[in-house]
Amino acid sequence: MANKGWDEFEIGAMLRTFDGSIDDIAGTSQEDRSYSENSSYTASVADWRLIKPVFNKDYCIDCQFCWIYCPDVSIISRDKKLIGVDMDHCKGCGICVEVCPTNPKSLLMYDEHDDEETVIANWPKKDEEEA
Amino acid sequence: MAFDKMELRDIEVWDGNFAAAQALRQCQIDVVAAYPITPSTPIVEGYAKFLADNYVEGEFVMVESEHAAMSGCIGAAAAGGRVATATSSQGFALMVETLYQASGMRLPIVLNVVNRALAAPLNVNGDHSDMYLGRDSGWIQFDAYCPQDAYDLNFIAFKVSEDHDVRLPAMVHQDGFMTSHTAQGVHTLTDDAAYGFVGVYKPMNDMLDFEHPVTHGVQTEEDWHFEHKARQHNDLMTKVFPKIEKAFEDFEKLSGRKYNMVEKYDMDDADVAVICMGTSVETAREVALEMRAKGIKAGVVGIRVIRPFPFFAIQDALKDVKSIATLDRSAPGGTVGMLFNEMAGAMYNLETRPMLSGKIYGLGGRDLTKAHLVDLFTELQANVDTGKITTPLQQFIGVRGPKLSFL
Repeated sequence: MANKGWDEFEIGAMLRTFDGSIDDIAGTSQEDRSYSENSSYTASVADWRLIKPVFNKDYCIDCQFCWIYCPDVSIISRDKKLIGVDMDHCKGCGICVEVCPTNPKSLLMYDEHDDEETVIANWPKKDEEEA
Repeated sequence: MAFDKMELRDIEVWDGNFAAAQALRQCQIDVVAAYPITPSTPIVEGYAKFLADNYVEGEFVMVESEHAAMSGCIGAAAAGGRVATATSSQGFALMVETLYQASGMRLPIVLNVVNRALAAPLNVNGDHSDMYLGRDSGWIQFDAYCPQDAYDLNFIAFKVSEDHDVRLPAMVHQDGFMTSHTAQGVHTLTDDAAYGFVGVYKPMNDMLDFEHPVTHGVQTEEDWHFEHKARQHNDLMTKVFPKIEKAFEDFEKLSGRKYNMVEKYDMDDADVAVICMGTSVETAREVALEMRAKGIKAGVVGIRVIRPFPFFAIQDALKDVKSIATLDRSAPGGTVGMLFNEMAGAMYNLETRPMLSGKIYGLGGRDLTKAHLVDLFTELQANVDTGKITTPLQQFIGVRGPKLSFL
């Protein structure tokens, strides 16, 4: 692709999300879709992020607030259960943490280089004042 | 069909705006996103009325500015609809940013531009400042000289623009008030004949094709931008002319009216010629005939297709002429007028290299009179008689005060 000339691509400022045609896209999970190399799904933008959300499943009630509010579709939910964060596309905006209603929160922002197991082991306790 | 057809007389008395609105109705435009501005407003008003009266199946989107109007057209065209709008002057200027989006995204939108001066000072009358502002935007630009042309060129614009080998947006220009508000006899096409000419819209890479999802309006940097612009320019330079020629031929078969990329009047044996656009072409033609009666072999060249510029057709039209004047109806902003520039580029390498001078005229709707043109042809003949250009290269015509000339 890098060596293509001006006459070797489709006209317009246009990219195809999939190679070939698709059907039942709503019934196909992301990991099973035939994304083209031009789809942003296949490109990692993890290096845009300075701080990262860490998910602690012990407190999650699967309310799906984070999934709805995430501006980058980076909350991975299957069968209405939060199973993790897409760290290739998360920009570290922290909205998921803001909207998380549990006490303590099930998602918290940490430095990009913090060790996930360590921060989960030291997760904040329930805030009795707020409760 | 779910809409009503309209019975038209063979010849209707229409001004340029209504002629364009009727053409939009007959082409069955899916989406018109528009913001009103004098003198183009009656075009989109006309479409809205036809829509309200069930003569069109489409959508009229009222927006908050011309920038939004063209943005709406771009969205609708990317979605896969036949799209058009109209504007003038300041509205056109506000649209400019989105014009480059439309051409770069290869979306076949037709924009009726009713030419009007650009402020300041504020002025609603006709000159070609807005038309010139769009000349690097990558659009195809057709120029109408009268209401009949404004009607016909709309069909031709859709036909060329929507062709899958072209997919570039097109403007149809007409002179503010002189064409847009001056009623003349217009030979009509029946609804069926008109729609048959432009054909059913064939979408390409449309966003409403859910089996082939596309992202429109992507970003490219130094790695890809040049290739995209090269492709766009290549297609504008090589693919559009044959399609325009074919559309002109097909339209002649349908209507009996023949258009040419470069319109030539009395040019076969002309020694002197005037190059101009818009309503000035008809005035110049009349004067050229009168000059011929006085023994001056005068001719007129009208530019019908401004972009892509018909470089070789111009060379062919002018190669045997001795002295030429370009008439530019736009303040040139510190250099020669656009037509002077293009003519110089086209003719510099001709062996015969005609003498070339440029006139600036008609700004803000100032009349170009027959007396101006008599003086001009006389001056061109003086160049021929003495064998050299006898005047400065750039002169202003019809401006009050001391004679103004440069270069």
